[in-house]
Amino acid sequence: MSDDEKVKEKGSGLSRRTFLKASGISLSVPLVMGHRVVKVAGAPVKVFGPGKVPVSLLINGKKYQATVEPRVTLLEALRHELDLTGAKRVCDRGTCGACTVIVDGKLVYSCSMLAIEGEGKAITTVEGLMQGDRLHPLQQAFIDNDAQQCGFCTPGFVVACKAFLDKNPNPTAEEINKGLGGNLCRCGTYVGVRAAVAQAAKGRRGGRRNG
Amino acid sequence: MADYKWPEAEKRTHLGKSISRIDGADKVSGRAKYTYDINRPGMLYGKVVRSKYARAKIVSIDTSAAEKMAGVKAVHVIIEPGSEIRWAGEEIVAVAAVDEPTAEDAARAIKIKYEKLAHNVIDTDPKAVGDNARPPSEQTVGDADKAFKEAEVTVEGFYGLTSITHCCLESHGSITEWEGDKNLLVHISTQAVSQIAGQLAGPLETPAGNIRVKQDHIGGGFGSKFGPDRWDITGARLSKKAGGKPVKIMLERDAELMVAGMRPPAYARVKLGAMKDGRVVAWESESWSSGGLGGGGSPPIPYVFVVPNQKRKHTAIATNVGSARAWRAPAHPQACLITMGALEDLAAKLNMDPYDLFLKNIDLTGARADVYREEMKIAADLIGWKAKWHPRGDKNAGPVKRGLGLSIHTWGGGGHASDCDITIQPDGSVEVKMGTQDLGVGTRTALRIVAADTFAIPLDSVNVLIGDNRYPASGGSGGSTTIGGISASTRRGSLDALDALFAKVAPSLGAQPADLEAFQGTIRVKSDPSKSVTWKQACAKIGATPITVRGKNPGPGTLTSSGVGGVQMADVSVDVETGIVKINKIVAVQDCGLVVNKKLAESQCYGALIMGVAYSLYEEKVMDVKTGRMLNPNMEFYKLAGIADIGELVVHMMTGKGYDERGVIGLGEPPVVSPGAVISNAVANAIGVRVPTLPLTPDRVLEALEKKGGTNNASI
Repeated sequence: MSDDEKVKEKGSGLSRRTFLKASGISLSVPLVMGHRVVKVAGAPVKVFGPGKVPVSLLINGKKYQATVEPRVTLLEALRHELDLTGAKRVCDRGTCGACTVIVDGKLVYSCSMLAIEGEGKAITTVEGLMQGDRLHPLQQAFIDNDAQQCGFCTPGFVVACKAFLDKNPNPTAEEINKGLGGNLCRCGTYVGVRAAVAQAAKGRRGGRRNG
Repeated sequence: MADYKWPEAEKRTHLGKSISRIDGADKVSGRAKYTYDINRPGMLYGKVVRSKYARAKIVSIDTSAAEKMAGVKAVHVIIEPGSEIRWAGEEIVAVAAVDEPTAEDAARAIKIKYEKLAHNVIDTDPKAVGDNARPPSEQTVGDADKAFKEAEVTVEGFYGLTSITHCCLESHGSITEWEGDKNLLVHISTQAVSQIAGQLAGPLETPAGNIRVKQDHIGGGFGSKFGPDRWDITGARLSKKAGGKPVKIMLERDAELMVAGMRPPAYARVKLGAMKDGRVVAWESESWSSGGLGGGGSPPIPYVFVVPNQKRKHTAIATNVGSARAWRAPAHPQACLITMGALEDLAAKLNMDPYDLFLKNIDLTGARADVYREEMKIAADLIGWKAKWHPRGDKNAGPVKRGLGLSIHTWGGGGHASDCDITIQPDGSVEVKMGTQDLGVGTRTALRIVAADTFAIPLDSVNVLIGDNRYPASGGSGGSTTIGGISASTRRGSLDALDALFAKVAPSLGAQPADLEAFQGTIRVKSDPSKSVTWKQACAKIGATPITVRGKNPGPGTLTSSGVGGVQMADVSVDVETGIVKINKIVAVQDCGLVVNKKLAESQCYGALIMGVAYSLYEEKVMDVKTGRMLNPNMEFYKLAGIADIGELVVHMMTGKGYDERGVIGLGEPPVVSPGAVISNAVANAIGVRVPTLPLTPDRVLEALEKKGGTNNASI
């Protein structure tokens, strides 16, 4: 018997195969059910799907519920299910940084993380940087230095710069170049981005609270 | 009637200043909604099944499994069996489903049988492609044979640029939905808001007037989004089949790179004839290009320098590759590298500083020779040309060689046809409505600047409404024609609206309308400035019905004109052991007539330089000869420049007397023309040998060094 066949529906006592047989549901039909726990090499592992599963996400301090297939990325869940469209889908495979969000204090390409992996973690998107109608000083620096043209890479860049400055509040020009290499822009706004980061860093040194 | 001209420098309140873009806050906060971000109620997701072969006949299409899948709402066959596929990635079938995973599953469940046919994706050699090379066209100017005989020196070289793609970060696509049977609502990522409905009307057999087109923001176009494209029309068909539900089709990244953009390649063998003092007397070239099945026209060579005697031969090559689209400054970067490369090689052969050689021939550039002279001097100062330039081949020891290159370029950029409505409300607020689009160049901001400057009121008193085909029609954003068109129509409309306001206000000031002027938030009597009312008081005289005036371009007065010149210089380092090229500094000196917004004009130039670095060093659409497919339809192997790759960039805008009076001229294309040439020339100057083909990847650099006799001889 494979591990899969030994799977028990959580709390139901039914094997997955029996459950599916009894309900007459084929694997391709989306249905909502929670995860199951399987033992792999003696350790418990959560198994989701194959249908849609509920997911609870903490985004910008607010709780969101959605129902998605396990293969849905965090980026897709944000954009399609929650209408949080600040993070953009561009390369969709972890190269360009347009989908950058902060998860538990770390920068993450949300195209490369499943929505179900985001459960129980604190997620910050570009929408979470403003305080009410007030722009974050870094956002203001992007405007002042015109660190944007079409603006499609901008939200990812803003989030990346925020996390970069949190980690390195007083960067050299070389550190800016190195630290922001994970985001690509097509219009060519890097000169503005460099200046914006420098301005925001200077603002911090000036003692202004910078979020 | 108003005097339709731009205000004198001392009377400008906003025009020409450095002003932040008005939609900046929306963009940095994620609030700006792009087509890709629009989620409509009940929206379906569309996916397109594309050909895996570059050329094939479709034998059969089986959509039955997809149609049976739960959640699939519509299936549409785009190309019927029996038809021929012309390039890998061509659209065959599309599906619409309740969510994206289901649409992807359904697309995968569609079975297509092909009969493979012979294809060609080679564009680098006309002798290798048989009938796909069209009969060459030949052109002559003057008497090239005679001029070459008289020339004291000749130099020959080969120059090429591979095909690249547009790689818009927001891929192409739309959300289409039928409202009832008759009306179509289209959210589309486009450079031509006012032109889409007319192009959809035919294929969808729907009056253009029933088609509403909207777009707030666009995530890059660069010439590739004048659409609608086949997938947009398909989306509308899927929507109809699904009872009118909105259908969103945005291209996946691979499709975006395979079929939704391409800058044609160009290759040329050039022979130049010159006198010993550097005067160029003869040009001979044999060039070839492609742009998909239609072949590819000749770039405009020789470029900028009109060599008196020319003999040119060009061959178009047909390829089974997604068709070429206008890529920022179509054909100019190609022509520029071929020409400026040849001139730099001539200078090297004559052992002349190319700066002197360019100046020696500058009168061949025609009407803008003086502009180029002035710009070359400024650029040389900014990069330290005289101090840093050395003859070809850096003689310093060590593997890293440094060099300088220069290039000049031109573009037209006169304003396109543009209508707008200017409304002055009785409460003093102002609206500009125009069916234009802001590609990120600051169109919205420019409209606000022009209107606010004309009325002499604060910027935030002007509300700008664009991105809707129900507003007055304005041209598509291509060829650097937008800023000239939209600023001219807004200026004319605003001047006329101001005249209408003067007529309402004049009696209360005891003056004639013609004796009034707008000045710092007031309307005052020119001959007696003590007589004035505030803008708000003036607008209160309008009555209940606001003043609305249609502004137009073209129209009276010189508000826009055509033709600009630019000079660029680059300082690069090349590691002759690794072949890696690094940009130290690039200087761009650019004229564009009257600058509307200095900050955003500079941004355009910085952006163009960065795109230029990318296509000079990294970007290449790599086609597999055997399968006919693109090998790098993704962003890890189709490389753009990153923030660390661009060196120091310096931009200098030519403004003031001699420039401003020409009116507003477009800037989107010109600064992107020269980077390929300046970087290639700087590399040649550094390592002592021409690396013939862009992008200047390490393998190409090392190959060029090898041919010359190995990396150890780099400095010889």
